[in-house]
Amino acid sequence: MFDFLSEYDVLGAFWLTVQLTFFSAIGALIWGTILAGMRVSPVPLMRGFATAYINLMRNTPLTLIILACSLGLNQTLGMTLAGQNFEQQNYRLAILGFIAYTATFVCESIRSGINTVPVGQAEAARALGLGFTQVLGIVVLPQAFRSVIGPLTSVLIALTKNTTIASTIGVAEASLLMSEMIENESDKIFLVFAIFALGFVILTLPTGLILGWVAKKAAVKR
Amino acid sequence: MSTATSAPPMIKASGVNKYFGDLHVLKEIDFEVPRGQVVVVLGPSGSGKSTLCRAINRLEPINSGEIQVDGKPLPAEGKALAALRADVGMVFQQFNLFAHKTILDNVTLAPQKVRKVSSGDARKTAMELLERVGIADQAQKYPAQLSGGQQQRAAIARALAMRPKVMLFDEPTSALDPEMVQEVLDTMTSLADEGMTMLVVTHEMGFARRAAHRVVFMSDGEIVEDSTPSDFFTAPKSERAKDFLGKILTH
Repeated sequence: MFDFLSEYDVLGAFWLTVQLTFFSAIGALIWGTILAGMRVSPVPLMRGFATAYINLMRNTPLTLIILACSLGLNQTLGMTLAGQNFEQQNYRLAILGFIAYTATFVCESIRSGINTVPVGQAEAARALGLGFTQVLGIVVLPQAFRSVIGPLTSVLIALTKNTTIASTIGVAEASLLMSEMIENESDKIFLVFAIFALGFVILTLPTGLILGWVAKKAAVKR
Repeated sequence: MSTATSAPPMIKASGVNKYFGDLHVLKEIDFEVPRGQVVVVLGPSGSGKSTLCRAINRLEPINSGEIQVDGKPLPAEGKALAALRADVGMVFQQFNLFAHKTILDNVTLAPQKVRKVSSGDARKTAMELLERVGIADQAQKYPAQLSGGQQQRAAIARALAMRPKVMLFDEPTSALDPEMVQEVLDTMTSLADEGMTMLVVTHEMGFARRAAHRVVFMSDGEIVEDSTPSDFFTAPKSERAKDFLGKILTH
């Protein structure tokens, strides 16, 4: 029943999904944190930029963003992100798109985390002579992060599943292989679905469990 | 008091006005805290005394008037303001210790990040200060593991670690359980005895009597009386001060 699987590199496809998720998550975390910093900054221009960026990106379909990265940035504007060939370029462009999109959700999670940090924490830091970036980086964000590990986990799980959209620009992650298998193995459609569904559950379930445990460990006691 | 005339007062407020929306919370405030003096601000809730205290390091910006610290007007924002705040210690009602850092890290943080003191020196000073406020044995704990009184003493040590010119206390004992008030007041009294310039907003009449050089009584955003503790407590001049003292001293 499972003989046909030997003809396909299912593990390899999922490994690419893991890679897409991993690099996108790291990038989104960094860019999302910077955006959150901008949203709470005293400089109106930064606040304005971050707000506009988030409203634009968050409300645009991800498929459109990923296609725009490939067709717009790459084929029209010639951005290659130092990729050697078409595959590598699209892989990197997809990561760029995921970062640009997911960072908005990371930012909004962190911003809600900033709201859980009592005002007095920042006041005490300011009263000691710390500047804005120090107050944010040393006192507020470390506490904000700890309170939003849960919401960030949801963002990460959503990102894992969103990486399937990279298949629209030909990145050979799990769902592209799934499409191929559905075409070739039309008599085993439900089995193919089940295999890929299980694959994603195997990726996301431990993520949720581990980060749930981390969230409990890291919680700030008040 | 011949020395007081040569150097500017540590804190000088002139014509300070502050509004919260339509509410006029500070009305034409003029007052001074000379070097080495302990000035206690008393008054009913909502009289503007906490706002005055917070205005001095610009945690609350004022609408008009001028506040000078050590002869220099308060900077508006940015690095200059941060530098001024580094020289003005502040102790809050809610302690506001950094919840994700140990007591020791709370005390060493600002000297290292603002004054660029080496971690070894910062640690040494911090342990001396924690020793002085009597909680050296709690240095490795987190704020939530300490009692309110211990947290407030740690907060005092944190402010002192910056070697401030002046200390502001914004109702430092109001959030404490009654049995912990004394340990904090004792710490403050010993600080006063060492000659620290202090502005203390409080409801502790005993502390005002014992440690204050001057008592400022505020009501409805105005300074109603500014006198010595003995004059204020035995012979208040204004009706509002008499009324206030009548309510708190009769029982």
